[in-house]
This record gives sequence, C-alpha cells and structure tokens, in this order.
Amino acid sequence: MLGLLLVFFLVRGRIKVSKGMSGSTITRFTDIERLAHWLLAIPFLILAVTGLNVIYGKDVLMPLMGKEAFATLSVYAKYVHNYVAFAFMLGVVLTFVLWVRHNLPAREDITWMLKGGGILSSAHPPARKFNAGQKILFWLVFLSGVSLSLSGIALLFPYEFPMFAKTFSVLNTVATPLGYTLPTELTPNQEQQYAALWHGILAVVMTTVVIAHIYIGSIGMQGAFDAMGTGEVDVNWAKDHHSIWAEEVLERERREVLGGRAEPAE
Amino acid sequence: MARMKFLCDAERCIECNACVTACKNENEVPWGVNRRRVVTINDGKPGERSISVACMHCSDAPCMAVCPVDCFYQTDDGVVLHNKDLCIGCGYCFYACPFGAPQYPQASTSVRAARWTNAPSAPVVRKPTTRTPSSRSTAATVWPKASCRFVPRCARPRRCWPATATLSPTSTASVSLPVGSARCLGLGQGLLRNQ
Repeated sequence: MLGLLLVFFLVRGRIKVSKGMSGSTITRFTDIERLAHWLLAIPFLILAVTGLNVIYGKDVLMPLMGKEAFATLSVYAKYVHNYVAFAFMLGVVLTFVLWVRHNLPAREDITWMLKGGGILSSAHPPARKFNAGQKILFWLVFLSGVSLSLSGIALLFPYEFPMFAKTFSVLNTVATPLGYTLPTELTPNQEQQYAALWHGILAVVMTTVVIAHIYIGSIGMQGAFDAMGTGEVDVNWAKDHHSIWAEEVLERERREVLGGRAEPAE
Repeated sequence: MARMKFLCDAERCIECNACVTACKNENEVPWGVNRRRVVTINDGKPGERSISVACMHCSDAPCMAVCPVDCFYQTDDGVVLHNKDLCIGCGYCFYACPFGAPQYPQASTSVRAARWTNAPSAPVVRKPTTRTPSSRSTAATVWPKASCRFVPRCARPRRCWPATATLSPTSTASVSLPVGSARCLGLGQGLLRNQ
C-alpha cells in the first residue's frame, strides 16, 4: 500500500487547490468533531502498531532485538492494546453520532463516483460536507470499528462472549442459497479462533485503508489537513472539494452578516 | 527420530483421576491447573469411555505456530516446552491447542503469574533418585530431561497405560482420541492447526 501510494504521489503529485489559497477560511469541523476524530485516530494508530506487533513482530522485530527484549516489549504492547481499545470504542461511537447524518447516500454521490472523485483528472465533482469517498470511508470505519470492537471484546474476555455461531447462522440465510454453509455449532475454542482470525484480518485491511486516508489527508492534498488540524479550511479549498457544502456555509454567513439572523435555506 | 508418546487405553480407564492427582503432586502444579485431565464421553450411557489427556507434544505443534513471541520450543527429543519468562499471556495457544494443555492459574497475584500458561515448563533439574525403576531405562535415555521422568507418575496408579512412554517410531502423534472427545473437552478441531 505504501508503495502504491508512493507511485501515485510521484505520478499525480500533490493535489493543489485549483485557484490557489484565498487566505480567508470557513469552519469545517468544530472542536468536538475534531476531538471525536482524534479520539478515534490516535487510539487506532496505537492499536495498529501494537496489533501488528502481535502478527509480524516475531518475524520483524524479534530477530533485531532478541527474544527477551521482544517479549518485554510485547507484554507492554499487549497491555497498551487492551486498554487503549476502550478509547477507540468511544471514538467509534462519538464519530458515528456526530457524522452519520452527513454520511447518508445522496444523489450527487453517483456523479462523484462516476468521475472517480476527480482524483486522476483535475475535475472537482460537487459534494456536500462529505463526498462519496469519505462516506465510503465513514461506513467502512464505523462497521469495521464495531466488528473489531466486538471481536476484540471476545478476545479480552475469553469464552465469555461467543458470537460467531450466531453470526454464521444469520449469514447462512444469505450464504446457504448461494451454496455455502457456515458452521453454526462451534466449540468454545473454535469461537476464539474465529475471533482472533477475524480481528487480525479486518485490522490489517483497515490499516491499509487508513494509510490511504492519512495520505490524502496530509501530503496528498494541499489544504486538507487544516480541516482536522485547526478546523478552519481555505474557502477555495472548500469550493474545490465540497462545493455544495461550501456554498451552504457561505450563504449562511452572508445572511448572518446581512440580516443578523439565520434563516433556513429554501 | 523416535518420539515419546503417552498412550492411554480407553477400554481400561475407569476415570479414577489418580493420574491427574499423581501428576499434579509430582510436578507441584499450582492451584487451578492440571497438566493431565480425564475426559469422559457418553457419560452414564452405553458405550461410555474415558481417556486421560495432556500435552501431546505435537511434532508440528500449533501452540508454537501461533505464539507471537515464540515462547514455545521443542527439544531434540520432541518435547514441547514453554518459557514462562517470554510468555505475554495472549491466550492464542489456548485456542490453537486441540488438547487443552495450556492453562492460566485461576488466581494470579502477579504479572508474572498471569503470564503463566501450563504447557510443561522448562525441566526442573532434580537430584538423582533411587525410586525409579531401572527396567524402563530405555525411556529414560530418550527422555532424560522431561518433567515426567522414566515412568511418569500418572502411569503408576492403575494399569490403564499399556504402553506408557513407549518409543513410537513415527514422528506424529500416535494417540487417537475417541471420536468426539475433543468436542467433549470443549476444544476446537484446530482451525489454526497445520496437521
């Protein structure tokens, strides 16, 4: 993934604001929204690093630092992983509550998707507060965040929360007509095995997704980091990437300046 | 190379649990942990069978495969041992082992204790003893350092061990559990197991 992004960066370069930065800004994310984002993001990064250590540590780090030092590192990494998980869960809930209404599918998402978000061309298809790509990320993060939390709880409290037999029987309503049947009678150890396996697979997938998210939110796009950094984005950036939302915000500001009162847009 | 295996005759085992107690006593195993346990299937029904189960020292041990810190190791004799100093207590070996061998002590008072699983640990160096029958010395030469020396204690109380500590010419686990016993133990069929 990192290699792919590097190739993309070299080919496409930095996605610049088309008319250049205007100098004036509008508020994109409030303090509470940024708090929720970083409450999700920082624990995710910690969990990703400590989790990757469990999967790949013995192939990557152990030969470098020796068995004893690696075991000491890993036991602390495990404690960090176990406790930081709860902050992550809070972040999942908080971001969902704050942003779910902006992430429902809308008509302009279709054109946005058809144009590929304008990622290869310089075109900027219209978007509201979140474009279709961000909506996909939102739902990916939310659903996998919940799934990771649940399978993680099953691993934190072994044998207390068997959930795969039930999940499989629900999935079978779809899978059986297609010719697949998942086992619905699982021993406690099989439950734990599935929990560990699913937790690991999903975590690796989401880590690669998030690497791409970090790329586009930082070096990949001029002005993008301000949205989560200060919360204030450049007006020209907003017009480029979230044209409908930018117009709404500017319109509201205009009304406030003119009449001193906010009226709902018609 | 020849491998040591425990063989238990399910036709003769009467579920007296003497092997469990003897092993626990001999190896001074802490509260809440039994290295050996007797599994009974079809309890109280026709065809009831019991068998004594412990770490099988698998040739391609799943606990070794899944351990994220490589705290398991296998001796040249094929004995699978566990290093408590390296163990981080993640529990993966519990899920991987088809025999339920790794265990936590139930009441742990320290970090170290919580990191303790109970696959056989590194061998305790013992003083030479005179109570061991020398007639089984072939076994002793093959398995000199294992925690069960010579004839293991578990095999002494009753004669349901026709082939205790015999030399098995194959390198694979030679004990066949009765069908369903793994399920009876509440154990998985080894999703992560390679064998």
